[in-house]
Amino acid sequence: MNIFVIMKRTFDTEEKLIIHNGKIEDDSATFIINPYDEYAIEEAIRIRDAHGGEVTVLSVGEEEIEKELRTALAIGADKAVLINSEDVEELDQYTTAILIATYLQGQQYDLILGGNVAIDGGSGQVGPRVAEILGIPQATTITKLEIDQGQATIIRDVEGDEEIVEVALPLLVTAQQGLNDPRYPSLPGIMKAKKKPLEIVDLDDLNIDEEDAEAKTQTIEIYLPPQKQAGKILKGELTDQTKELVTLLKSEAKVI
Amino acid sequence: MTIFLTEEDVMIKETARNFALKEIQPIINELHEEEKFSKEIHQKMGELGFVGVPYPEKYGGSGGTWLQFALVHEEISRIDSGVANAIMGNCSVCTLLNTFGTDEQKEKWLPNLLTGKKLGAIALTEPNAGSDASNLRTSAKLENGQWVLNGAKTFITNAGTEITDVIIVAAVTGIDNKGRKNISTFVVPKNTEGLIVSPPLKKIGWHTSDTRELTFDNCRISEDYLLGELHKGYRQALQTITAGRFLIGSMAVGLAQGALDYSMSYIDERETFGKKLRDHQDVQFKIAQMITKIHSARLMVYYAAALRDQNKDFSQEASMAKMRASQVAVEVAREAVQLHGGYGVMREYDVSRHYQASKIFEIVEGTSEIQNIIISRGLMKEYY
Repeated sequence: MNIFVIMKRTFDTEEKLIIHNGKIEDDSATFIINPYDEYAIEEAIRIRDAHGGEVTVLSVGEEEIEKELRTALAIGADKAVLINSEDVEELDQYTTAILIATYLQGQQYDLILGGNVAIDGGSGQVGPRVAEILGIPQATTITKLEIDQGQATIIRDVEGDEEIVEVALPLLVTAQQGLNDPRYPSLPGIMKAKKKPLEIVDLDDLNIDEEDAEAKTQTIEIYLPPQKQAGKILKGELTDQTKELVTLLKSEAKVI
Repeated sequence: MTIFLTEEDVMIKETARNFALKEIQPIINELHEEEKFSKEIHQKMGELGFVGVPYPEKYGGSGGTWLQFALVHEEISRIDSGVANAIMGNCSVCTLLNTFGTDEQKEKWLPNLLTGKKLGAIALTEPNAGSDASNLRTSAKLENGQWVLNGAKTFITNAGTEITDVIIVAAVTGIDNKGRKNISTFVVPKNTEGLIVSPPLKKIGWHTSDTRELTFDNCRISEDYLLGELHKGYRQALQTITAGRFLIGSMAVGLAQGALDYSMSYIDERETFGKKLRDHQDVQFKIAQMITKIHSARLMVYYAAALRDQNKDFSQEASMAKMRASQVAVEVAREAVQLHGGYGVMREYDVSRHYQASKIFEIVEGTSEIQNIIISRGLMKEYY
């Protein structure tokens, strides 16, 4: 079985965001594999171990992503592909999806896995878009995946409820928390990662013009959420307090 | 030689760090209070290849470097050096077996010890003999094709856990013509009759590390459980301890770094006299001193480990690294508790665990006094 995992490099969850001149500063930030993508990698490895085949982990970005790709190889992926996007000036979900889908069109694939969302942008769009471009079925936010003779049985998390889906391969799925318990890279895995193939592909290799991959969206402004205000403590008789509370909920909070 | 970590080294360091944060930190206070060695943690570390980093893959090791092994010890110790000490004690056994064992002995014991399924213990110290081996009293005599061991050992790491498999014992096997004791080493399987294991000893720190007394009462083992050459056991053991000395140094560095980590969180939270602790210059000077000490000790440990990886003589550097790092551990842990004030002496605060453990480093694997002897001897050899 040919399995691909689409992976994003994101800020470490512990990282504090600093905005400078309207941009998020990333000079001193530590980066990690997007946690939802870790579930996808783990699931891909388990499926490969059970059914045979190969796991290729795929990412879009610039050279520094090699570190996270090597980590994925250390965890157990067989091959890595970096689609170098340095020629594209502005990237968005559209760009990423076009680049990934174009690469995959030239490949044999049975199963494509990704994270449900990336913890930075949080749009959850790239996976579904790739499936659309490739014209294959997709199931998002999955918490269980079983494959038997070209047929997948999936449990999806639908707002806290479960939905069971049966669908034929080839297929794209995105992983929800709870799909599995991702492993750590082992030391022998880390040693082997260095020798595993890591291919770098650019826009020319994919026959894509920069204009065709340019972002469709525009970022107008980036700002941090407002600082939490201190709470208000009401005073006086209980009935007066209740009245004041109702008034405040109406006029100030505007929730009733 | 390069003094920088490779990409691979960094990945190993980060993996060990993540493991320690996610698998050890959440349960460490409970284990520490219960004075309990955790088989589960050790076996998980074994599965990840932390336990057998620099040993051959053929026997279940990871085929890595000694520097990488030091990085693993450091990162685990940053959360709890007692947990790391199980790897450390076990590795002395692995080094002895790997260096001096027969193929048969290696195949029999190394795979389980290097993958964390089982543990090894090394029994050199006796109630009246530490680094001064001339005081050793435990004896081994060959009788009817079996070695018969008699005597007592103490302060033995990993000696009585539920996964302890073998204990390597140094024992007197004769007197040479100058009247000095001939010492040999033996592999004693845990369940051998005549081997009596005491209840765990209570220590001021390292609660998660198993430490016991052993008594050998006509303990009989197979003749081929002699490890290495007869009468060469003392030299073998010394060589092994030298090999492991910088690992103790790396644990001390990890402990100091961990004490600083906890302090950095605390001084960002606590306010005194109208401002955060971290805004007091006295506090700023303290943390500057702490990190500078840690950095110097860390470089010494990495240097000794790198020498070992390049098969160069490293005994002098290992002794200096161990002595300096343990001194740094004591100083930094003490300052870290001072920064925490009253909370620092409360056992529920992580920093107190590091303070408790710090003193041990100036004593294990040769006290600082013994390191001074080794270092000055080496120095004089260079000059005179």
